[in-house]
Amino acid sequence: MMPSLLILIPLFVIMAINLPKHTGRRLAFYLALALFATQMILAVFHQKLFLTNEAVGIDRFFRVDLSIDHLGVVALVCMGIVSISSLFVSRYMPLDESERFKFTNLLVIMSIGMCGIVMAKDIFSLYVFLEITAIASFILIAFKKDIGGLEGAFKYLVLSAIATVFMLLSIAAILLVSKDTSFAAITEALKVSGSQPVVIAAIAIFLCGLFIKGGIFPFHGWLPDAYESSPAPVSILLAGIVTKVAGVYTIMRITMLFGSSASINNVLLLLGTLSILVGAFAALGQDNFKRMLAYSSISQVGYIILGIGAGTPLGMAAAIFHFFNHAMFKSLLFVNAAALEKETGTVSMSKMGGLAERMPVTGTTSVIGILSAAGIPPLAGFWSKLLIIVALWQAGRYSYAAIAIFAGVVTLGYLLTMQRKVFFGKLSAGLDDVKEAGFGIVLPSVILASIVVLTGLLFPFIFQSFIIPVKELLQH
Amino acid sequence: MTPNNPSELLYVFGSFTILLLVAGFYCLVVTRSFLRAVIAIELLIKAVTLFFIAVGYITGKPALTQALVITVIVVEVVVVVIAGGIAISVFRKNDSLDITLLNKLKG
Amino acid sequence: MNTIDIVLLVAMTLAAVWSVMGRSLLKATIGLAVTSAILSILIFRLGSPLAAVFELSVCTGLITVVFVSTISLTKPLTHKDIIEMSKKRNRRFIYLPIILGLVAFALIRAGIPKGLIMSTGETVGNVTEVLWNMRQLDMFGQVILIIAGALGVVVLFAEAKDDAK
Repeated sequence: MMPSLLILIPLFVIMAINLPKHTGRRLAFYLALALFATQMILAVFHQKLFLTNEAVGIDRFFRVDLSIDHLGVVALVCMGIVSISSLFVSRYMPLDESERFKFTNLLVIMSIGMCGIVMAKDIFSLYVFLEITAIASFILIAFKKDIGGLEGAFKYLVLSAIATVFMLLSIAAILLVSKDTSFAAITEALKVSGSQPVVIAAIAIFLCGLFIKGGIFPFHGWLPDAYESSPAPVSILLAGIVTKVAGVYTIMRITMLFGSSASINNVLLLLGTLSILVGAFAALGQDNFKRMLAYSSISQVGYIILGIGAGTPLGMAAAIFHFFNHAMFKSLLFVNAAALEKETGTVSMSKMGGLAERMPVTGTTSVIGILSAAGIPPLAGFWSKLLIIVALWQAGRYSYAAIAIFAGVVTLGYLLTMQRKVFFGKLSAGLDDVKEAGFGIVLPSVILASIVVLTGLLFPFIFQSFIIPVKELLQH
Repeated sequence: MTPNNPSELLYVFGSFTILLLVAGFYCLVVTRSFLRAVIAIELLIKAVTLFFIAVGYITGKPALTQALVITVIVVEVVVVVIAGGIAISVFRKNDSLDITLLNKLKG
Repeated sequence: MNTIDIVLLVAMTLAAVWSVMGRSLLKATIGLAVTSAILSILIFRLGSPLAAVFELSVCTGLITVVFVSTISLTKPLTHKDIIEMSKKRNRRFIYLPIILGLVAFALIRAGIPKGLIMSTGETVGNVTEVLWNMRQLDMFGQVILIIAGALGVVVLFAEAKDDAK
């Protein structure tokens, strides 16, 4: 088995659903579902299947080699779960069949892009796949073609183009000292000339580009607009996985590639903390719950960045664990947002209230998601945040650890406010005939909630079997 | 008066890259028109292309940078086409391409 | 490097400035095309003929066509509006030459950076070899990008019929 299958199979799926005109359309949903499931299985069992040192078969054709490591597996599994949730939710959106078909196509293209980002071992290929993901996102954000979506897409397009320019300048500057663009060659070149000003500037602007892609504090302007204005299944994708793979996973990769230096760590810690605080306080003042969740996303990504910025193997392991948890609870909350938007027809929290009795499942799962996001034991979010704080403490960054704890309180504050406004209290006028959203929305919501609970309860097992190995792997 | 050693070449091409970048970013910041923002992005990518080719020329690997630039050009075209599509859709909804009209999402 | 290269670089920058300052969108587009054409000559002179062909045909040609057709499909303003607008625009754009002058001055003052060690020398094959034997992944990416672009066109341009109803 070969990693390049992960990007080749989706291409065949696209061909398969587009060539036969009518059967393809009907089968698109099931084929895409099967595709994401296959991707997850391939990712989970990669150790048995992929860990051969020689390139075999199709991999020999792609001489720029792809590889999956522990970080990659986590990202691939998150991708599979979130894509499946989004696919289910898309069945319940007011789209006609041909639009749904286009959506499925774009979803598959996006998954090619993200698989490529996760597995690329060449900085320029990384850029190409980032661009594929970004272009699929522009189209998906603008999918409904309402003015908000178009504006969100255009903002994202402009900022993403700026990020691209930064990254390309940085790649060109690195080519001044490096033989070619593969990670191995760059590592080699940095050993010789890592301290030259040009190289340091190149690393800095590359990271700036990634900060834009990830929506980290000074560059977060596009993110709430894009999340808020995109159709529900798309905001699940964007919030759950796309910006995380494009902006956060790549930061992990790049810091591992360039080696963590004190100055990079300081910048990451500072921006991470600012993202946490800005995101949390901005979320406090929102009435639109999608927008609130978007700000909450900025704040949670800040935690992941803090974990990376701790600069220790434990920090990195904690960061990837929080990456997984965030993908789960944030897409859970966005799935619930989709259910609420579909049933009540509004996104304004002040117009809702008392929905817990009408939508018991949605209400319960969203409590689970909220508690996990706020870091309440024994849910998954608690453990990853605890690990991040421990990593910061061990690295001697006491003040950052303290801010991280403090921001947890704010997070709990705004999320509980939302829960109270939407689900508790008296039923608001005009919401009498609200009922539970359809099976396709409730199912992913329940599955995601159980993953959140199980990850929390099985934490000792995960710690032993996942975090410790990752930590040891990174120590070498 | 014609530079020929690597540092001088890098200085000359780097300077012009920076000038183009400044022009592009300036346009991006002050413009109020949708399409002009896309033109600004184009100018930025032109600067990047120039820099790539110059790096290939200076360090003696023009084959590699050429291959990379071709990919960049393909990406650029796709981005411009999508941006044009968004602009046309906005125009159909709004009858104007003024970015300032599009601030419903601010805040 | 010859004097002609420097002349080309200066001309390219001027074309870029003209494209930014140009009053109508059409002029800006022509400015962009000129910038791109000069860039492709530069690319050719710097030993990358294939990329030069791409730049000339795709960026100078295709992108200009895309821009012009977008402009004609949207027809943003009447002639009167343009004159009205450009008065306001001039106030915002007038600073560009000044800023560019300052940056150029700063760059000249900074002088040639010293002590940069570059990896020069090793040339790896010709461009077709590199593209097809070493960068297949990028080629694959291009294929996917073009599919994505086609889908984008289908999604974004499709609904003209529905709107008309």
